[in-house]
Amino acid sequence: MREFQGRVIAPGTVTAPALVSHGGLNTLASFQKALQFGDKKATCGDQNNPDLYNKPMKGKALCLPQTIGSTTGGMVLYCACAMNRQPACMLFSKPIDSLAAAGSILASVWLDGINMPVIDSLGEEFLAFVKDGMTITVGADGRVIVE
Amino acid sequence: MYLTDEQQAIANGEKGETMARVMKTLIMYGETFGADKMVPVTSQYNHLVTSFGLKMMGPVFDLMQQLIDAGAVSQQEFSVDPRPMDPKVPANLLQKFIFRNFMYSKQADYENQLKQLGLMNEDAFTCACYFDQVGNIPKKGDYLSWAESSAVVYANSVLGARCNRNSGIMDIMGSIAGFVPHFGLLTDAGRKATWIVKVTCKEKPEAQLLGSAIGMKVMEEVPFVTGMSRFLGTQLNEENKAYLKDFGAATASNGAVGLYHIENLTPEAKELGASLVAPGAKVYVIDDAELERVKQSYPVVWKDPNAKPKLCFVGCPHLSLEQLVDWTKNLKQGLAESGRKKVLIPTVFTTAPGVKQEFEKTPYARQLRETGVILSCICPLMYMNNPLAGKMPVITCSNKLRTYSTARFYSEDEILHILTKGGKG
Repeated sequence: MREFQGRVIAPGTVTAPALVSHGGLNTLASFQKALQFGDKKATCGDQNNPDLYNKPMKGKALCLPQTIGSTTGGMVLYCACAMNRQPACMLFSKPIDSLAAAGSILASVWLDGINMPVIDSLGEEFLAFVKDGMTITVGADGRVIVE
Repeated sequence: MYLTDEQQAIANGEKGETMARVMKTLIMYGETFGADKMVPVTSQYNHLVTSFGLKMMGPVFDLMQQLIDAGAVSQQEFSVDPRPMDPKVPANLLQKFIFRNFMYSKQADYENQLKQLGLMNEDAFTCACYFDQVGNIPKKGDYLSWAESSAVVYANSVLGARCNRNSGIMDIMGSIAGFVPHFGLLTDAGRKATWIVKVTCKEKPEAQLLGSAIGMKVMEEVPFVTGMSRFLGTQLNEENKAYLKDFGAATASNGAVGLYHIENLTPEAKELGASLVAPGAKVYVIDDAELERVKQSYPVVWKDPNAKPKLCFVGCPHLSLEQLVDWTKNLKQGLAESGRKKVLIPTVFTTAPGVKQEFEKTPYARQLRETGVILSCICPLMYMNNPLAGKMPVITCSNKLRTYSTARFYSEDEILHILTKGGKG
């Protein structure tokens, strides 16, 4: 078990199994098929991401360095939240990027009842330590427990 | 973050609940990134990324309607990314049915919303809004609230405007409020290069391959690229602008680059030189072997990797007028060499509506039609964004399209060879 401290971008608490992407999450490429064609598990469709490709993202503690790619990214994340296909939480090893931040903020301001804690700046050690399937517990103060 | 009395009043609800939410969104966005203040949006026009009435985007359309109903519309007119459909682009009956009745069934409704929110005109649908024929060309130093990764990186790097990599929806928030938070690429510090990229290739590298290599390496950071003067010279002529358009789109889609500097060429690199490089910048050397390594690393996700291509897209981002003319000349020559009149694979070239209109006035338009190539203003990515297209062997020289779809990447020379002489390039 290890504990990491990050910065709270979107508050909340949750416990969920980890899903780890060591490369940047391309939000559009990852979510578009799932949102378009009714995949309630939000299976990752990004062929360029070997860590996530074909794995369900909904309900997982998504651990990643940052998001990359199209500037539709934040909007796609907003739609995933509105359609209840979002990850349980998003945990960034690096400072959050502008697209993921936009998605998280838009969901927080414009949607009611969305609980998707977002924590950033957890450090490279976090991403090196966490593995798929580990249990993640996110605290309201940005503490992340991995076991 | 410091707010003026006017900004604070909006946040407090003096202009209504919806405007207060718009301001709250921008304040949270700014505070996340340590913005010190809001700055006025100074460009004449905005550019939005969301052009498609995808059924899945119901939550976005609901939000847009909420803005319209509250009178919270854009203070600027705007261009927007390309439309997703064009009946001239090859598609089988099932695809056409799915496009019209399932995927893009909200297209007409959404375009009506865009008009109410401030769309420039009926032809303002392109990812390359900065073309002369479109007219959305910000000035050096302008603060923007744009989205569309390829347009943002072009505006920052080639035009010297200042814009963060805003997301869809966030783009129009800044335009509605008239302010954007001052952080990142809007600041002098945020425009410093944290990577030096030394290009040592023997020949001029393919723009979309070089951009891909750099994007994958530097991700969201700012690269200062050296070694390109041998190939590009020091003037931003039309050929170089087109090269940088394609290069930038690949850096932004294969990574998350929002700004690059090209030594002796882009405006800030010419003005400030090596002083743009931050202390401790990392170094990435790109030679021909490195480019080949990157190209070979692209996964081939066709069901049958040896399938004969059924469709070819050229023009993501949209082709410039000069690129259309060059492609037409090259196709004509390639076909003459192989004794053929028509391209061997159904092929679609994509460009902005304004560019298409200008191109139609040239003799090359007829020549291109004679090769069998279809000229469209569609967004190839949106065309490919369905499971039927996913099973189709599509080829492209766009690294952006490759990244977001199942299309297979070939260099421009390889595409030309496949189209005019067959084989695999």
